[in-house]
Amino acid sequence: MTNTTDDSKEVEDLEIALLLEGMFKRYGYDFRDYSLAHLRRRLRHRMESSSLPDMGAMLHRVLHDRSFFELLLRDLSINVTEMFRDPDIYLRIRTEVVSRLKTYPFVKIWHAGCATGEEVYSMAILLHEEGLLERCQIYATDFNQIALKKAKAGIYALDQIRQFTANYQKSGGRESLSDYYTADDHSVILKNWLKKKVVFADHNLVTDSVFSEMQLVVCRNVLIYFNRELQNRIFQTFYESLCPGGFLWLGSKESLRLSPMNKHFDPLFADEKIYKREL
Amino acid sequence: MTRPSKRVPYEAVVIGVSAGGLHALRAILPRLPKNFPVPVVVVQHRGADSDGFFAEYLDQRCLVQVKEAEEKEEAAPGTVYLAPANYHLLLEDDRTFSLTLESRVRFARPSIDVLFESAADVYGANLIGIILTGANDDGSRGLATIKKRGGLAVVQDPVGAEVDTMPKAALQAAKVDFVLPLAAIGQFLANLYEE
Ligand SMILES: C[S@@+](CC[C@H](N)C(=O)[O-])C[C@H]1O[C@@H](n2cnc3c(N)ncnc32)[C@H](O)[C@@H]1O
Repeated sequence: MTNTTDDSKEVEDLEIALLLEGMFKRYGYDFRDYSLAHLRRRLRHRMESSSLPDMGAMLHRVLHDRSFFELLLRDLSINVTEMFRDPDIYLRIRTEVVSRLKTYPFVKIWHAGCATGEEVYSMAILLHEEGLLERCQIYATDFNQIALKKAKAGIYALDQIRQFTANYQKSGGRESLSDYYTADDHSVILKNWLKKKVVFADHNLVTDSVFSEMQLVVCRNVLIYFNRELQNRIFQTFYESLCPGGFLWLGSKESLRLSPMNKHFDPLFADEKIYKREL
Repeated sequence: MTRPSKRVPYEAVVIGVSAGGLHALRAILPRLPKNFPVPVVVVQHRGADSDGFFAEYLDQRCLVQVKEAEEKEEAAPGTVYLAPANYHLLLEDDRTFSLTLESRVRFARPSIDVLFESAADVYGANLIGIILTGANDDGSRGLATIKKRGGLAVVQDPVGAEVDTMPKAALQAAKVDFVLPLAAIGQFLANLYEE
C-alpha cells in the first residue's frame, strides 16, 4: 500500500539519513546511530524555527554554513541536568561505593556526558565529605563545547538552588550546600577549590577513544539518546576503560539488561543502576 | 454506533491524561480483556519524583499487565505502558520505547504531544489516540497529527469530564471521530477487537 503520508515519511527518513551522513562527513560529528524518534523531533523543530521548507534544504544549509551546523549541534545535544539528581542513588554511592573506592591508592573517575557540570560538582562535594577527594582525579567530558564552558565556570541560576539543596539533603549530605558556593542576585558561584581535582575536556563518546583506566565511570542520561547498537559499542568502551572490578553508574532509566555486554557486569543492587565490571 | 469500520487494523492505542487521571484510567483500563491484541501507551502528567506506585495500583486492578515503559523495551500486546515520571516517552520505528530528558514541552514532561507525534510516525493510520480529562492543552497537537496521518481520534466528552480543558482543546484542534463519556471508552476499545 502506498499513500501520500507513507511516501512523505519515506522521503523525510531518507533526507534525515543524508543529513546525518553529511554532518558526519563534513564536520566529524556522528549522529547516525542516535534514536531516530529523538532526531526527528529535534530536526523538525530546527526546520520550523529556521523556516526551512524541508530536510533537504537543511542538508544544503548545514553543508554550506558552519554556524548553522553549530546551531544544529546544540539542538541535538540535550543538556538538561541538576545537582544530586536522583538523590537516593547518590546516597548509595556515598554509603556503598565510596568505601570500595577507598581501597584504591588513587581513584580515577570519568563523567561521560557531563553537560553543564552539576553532576561533576555533586560528585566532588560527596567525595570531599567522605574524605576521598584528595586522592581522586575526575575527568568530565562532553562533546558540547558550550555546555563544557558552563561546566568549567560552575555558575548556576539562583532559582535552581532550592531543588539542588533539597536533593543534596536527601543524598546524605553532611554539611550545608551553601558551604560550597557564594551567591549574588542571580546566580550561585561554586567555590573554586571544588574544581582542583577536575579536568574538563571535549570528548565525543561515539568517535573518540578511551583515554585512561578508571575506577568509576559515570554516564547518566546519555545512552538513552543512542540506538541499541551504539549503546552496546559504548558499553564496550566503558568496559575497556574500567579497571577489573571498577564501577559503572548509569542513569535512573538506563540499564545493561538488554545488552549483550550484560554478562561482563554485575549489578550492585537489584535496580541495576550501579554495576561492577568483571575481574 | 460506537464501532468504527474494521478496514484499518489499529495496531496501537495512545492515551493522554492529566488532572483526574487516576480516576479516568481506573474507569477505562480494567475493561480491557487480558489478551487485548495491541499495546496501549499512556502519558499521565504527574510529579517529577512520583514513583512506580501508579503502575502498580492499576496493574492490581486490570486484566492486562500495567507497567512503566522501559528504555528500549518493545511495545507488546496485552500490555499498558505508562510514561515514567520526568522523562519524555517516544516510540521508535521498530516499536521500542525511547526516553529523553529534553526540556518540558508546554510545561509538561512527559508530554502527550511528544508521545502522540512519535507514535503517529510509527503507526500512521493504524493508530488510535485518546484524550481524557486535564487542565491544559497538551495532546491537542499530537491528536491533530494522528488525524493527519489517517488515524482514529477519540476524546472524552467534556461534559462530565473531571476537568474539561484538555478534551475541549483537543476537540478544537482535531477532527475527532468519537466523543465518548468516560464510562464508555473502555468498552469501546474492547469492542474494536472483538471477534
Ligand atoms: C541529558 S545530559 C546528561 C547530564 C548528566 N549526566 C545528568 O544525567 O544529569 C546528556 C549529555 O550528553 C551529551 N552527549 C550526547 N551525545 C554525546 C556524545 N556522543 N559524546 C559526548 N557527550 C554526548 C550531551 O551533550 C549532554 O550534555
